[in-house]
Amino acid sequence: MHKLLIDSPDEEMLLLGNDAIARGAIEAGIAIATCYPGTPSSEIPDNFFAMFREGGFYFEYSTNEKVALEVAAGAAISGIRSMCTMKHVGMNVASDTLMTLAYLGVNAGMVIINADDPLMFSSQNEQDNRYYARLSGLPMMEPINAQEMKDMTVAAFDLSEQLKLPVVLRTTTRLNHMRGMVKFGQIRQIKSKGFFKKDPFHYVALPAVSRNLHKVLLEKYDQALELSENSEYNQIIGNGKWGIVTNGVSMDYVQDAVKDLEISDEVTILRLGFSYPMPENMIVKFLTNVEKVLVVEELEPVMENDIRSIAQAKEIVVPIKGKEKGLFSRLYEFDPGMVRRTIASYFGVPDTSPKAVDVTGIPDLPGRPPNLCAGCPHRAMYYAIKQVYGPDAVHPSDIGCYTLGILPPLKMADIVICMGASVGTSCGISKATDQKVVSFIGDSTFFHAGIPALINAVHNNHKFTLVILDNGTTAMTGNQPHPGVDTAPMGVDTTQISIESLVRGCGVEHVQVVNPMQIKKGVAAAQASKDFDGISVIISKELCPLYARVIKKAKKVRPFYVNQDKCKQHLDCINLLACPAMYIDDGKTMINEVLCIGCTVCAQVCPENAILPLKKSA
Amino acid sequence: METKRIVFVGVGGQGNLLASRLLGEACLSAGIPAVVSEIHGMAQRGGIVESAVVMGASSPIVSTGEADILIGFEPSETLRAFNKCNKNTVVITNIHPLPPFTVAIGQGVYPDIDKALDLIRDNVSLLITLDGDELAAKAGNPLSLNMVMLGALVGSKIIPLDEDILKETISKTTKQAFLESNLKAFDFGVAASKVG
Repeated sequence: MHKLLIDSPDEEMLLLGNDAIARGAIEAGIAIATCYPGTPSSEIPDNFFAMFREGGFYFEYSTNEKVALEVAAGAAISGIRSMCTMKHVGMNVASDTLMTLAYLGVNAGMVIINADDPLMFSSQNEQDNRYYARLSGLPMMEPINAQEMKDMTVAAFDLSEQLKLPVVLRTTTRLNHMRGMVKFGQIRQIKSKGFFKKDPFHYVALPAVSRNLHKVLLEKYDQALELSENSEYNQIIGNGKWGIVTNGVSMDYVQDAVKDLEISDEVTILRLGFSYPMPENMIVKFLTNVEKVLVVEELEPVMENDIRSIAQAKEIVVPIKGKEKGLFSRLYEFDPGMVRRTIASYFGVPDTSPKAVDVTGIPDLPGRPPNLCAGCPHRAMYYAIKQVYGPDAVHPSDIGCYTLGILPPLKMADIVICMGASVGTSCGISKATDQKVVSFIGDSTFFHAGIPALINAVHNNHKFTLVILDNGTTAMTGNQPHPGVDTAPMGVDTTQISIESLVRGCGVEHVQVVNPMQIKKGVAAAQASKDFDGISVIISKELCPLYARVIKKAKKVRPFYVNQDKCKQHLDCINLLACPAMYIDDGKTMINEVLCIGCTVCAQVCPENAILPLKKSA
Repeated sequence: METKRIVFVGVGGQGNLLASRLLGEACLSAGIPAVVSEIHGMAQRGGIVESAVVMGASSPIVSTGEADILIGFEPSETLRAFNKCNKNTVVITNIHPLPPFTVAIGQGVYPDIDKALDLIRDNVSLLITLDGDELAAKAGNPLSLNMVMLGALVGSKIIPLDEDILKETISKTTKQAFLESNLKAFDFGVAASKVG
């Protein structure tokens, strides 16, 4: 049995924050779960995928976050509990649906997991999605540790049902990827079938209907406010004269800082876990009992501004500080030392932090950026394109492993914005300039957001080449399937969609499908695309070698070596491919046998044919 | 209990995340409150991997200068993370180098490790060095470096966990095929840090 399905209420486990959310959904009797994977949220749906058959609920990897949200909404409006998970930028994709779904509301609990990524460990921006609660009018909850990620998920379902509104549970990377003790609770029985009760003047968002629905949403705000005032997740802790307001993982840093600085008698902490709507009365009570306030929140001054505006409305005069020079920044994530130091300096207590060692004597260290794996097919396709187009072509790229092609010596990413933007920006750049444009998009990303832009390119007669790097999986986030994947080996019944037919269906006439590991064929395809005056697509098709290993389709590994008698030190293998299995030792080009997967690409590139397969050991 | 902040650094593929998770599991068995932090996603494609185990506090990460123990799976990464240390830190490091690709393409120079280790030794309370890769190979599984490093941590007696509880945790979570070599690797690590 999957460990998260164990039905023993007192079980204690060390769980990843994302595991804890998945367990919370199980305890809440979830009937439908949907997602588009994205770091730091991906392990939540990966757990669902691993246990949905055994757990008796429905799960799908949806095409994108907007679709995922709509599937979950349709289910919750039909009366069964649903969850939809996404990373913060996924919320941008889903937001069109989100804004009006808030008007419609739901009939069974619906929880949207939104994972923000301060410091951008694995994201293109660090937007603060607490604004989405304010923009949509949906309630928001913010846990502080693994136990709460589980408990709050259950509570969010109940809250959603009470208000008949989806509830957003917001996490940050540090919470998603922390492990902590989690005590299990009861598993609620699943209600797996609903009924869509027709009520068009409630569910068809025509202007006349929506005018009424917006009014209903504001009435629900008042109800939610009342619940927020009394929520166990909003607490005033202590009764000292120094006020600290905090949320999420910052609460952990604040608790540790207060302990380390030995100031618990001097401090009152206002912890906001049911963070939208903000509990106004509780905040007023807090403000009237403290002399000065420090707001400890990562990213934007959201609570700080709201609290200031409450203080102004209630004519409470007390210093409220947070985001300013010398205190907290709007940039990046916090850490315990930074929070401790800032609390010490703001309240004027001695800082007890240990002093870091002097690192001036440490030599400059070589960088260790993440890199395309040994044997990655993206590298082979990049090589072929570069051979034909040279260094001057412009390469819009997209979101996935292949973005790592930005690094020298490949340098195959010139502009990246968000999912699908490679295709749209290619239209603009090719129209605005006389430069050759060859853009790159992954298979999953193409399904997610590339198709409308490709149709645009065909319809408006844009001229560029789009390379779809089809490695048969959503590799960067952990090998999740997508609509182009045959999921039968995973024992899941879905319908596989051919990228080639799809591309032809979009109206592209110049379509080539190549195996990039055959360098000559890759180069020929690149040349044909260059010679063609119009929009062309190359589908570069080869399984991700890591994924191939997972599904046991990996070819037998026969590592290569460099024959030193033949090698004349052209260094094409090193300088043009940058495979992490190759290195130079004592002036000799070498291959790391453990890392090499025998993809043969370097052997094809070597002008002296000096790279050969190792003989099988006897 | 007294707070212990332990930082693990290494390179993708060295099993650093499993080591921190096992330590967290062992804390759970021993009734010690602990939180573990990890970095997943883009950071794992051959890049630097950092994780932390914090005993007796709520915060899952460790700030600059605040590690009680730094465990380096690769010497140049130990150097890179040296700013996590203060004068009371104990550093345990593997000395087997794994040069990054940037060195092969001439974008960086791999440091003189012996010299750098001297610098570390002079600035922290204790430096324990071992050739973890050699010990892992000797144990029969080159991928058991993480077990060697865990063993070295426990053998150093600077955390309130004994060998048995870690071995029990390893036994519970390791596939039968690797169990013997993993436990052997762990024992080699324990022995190495006792000597060092």
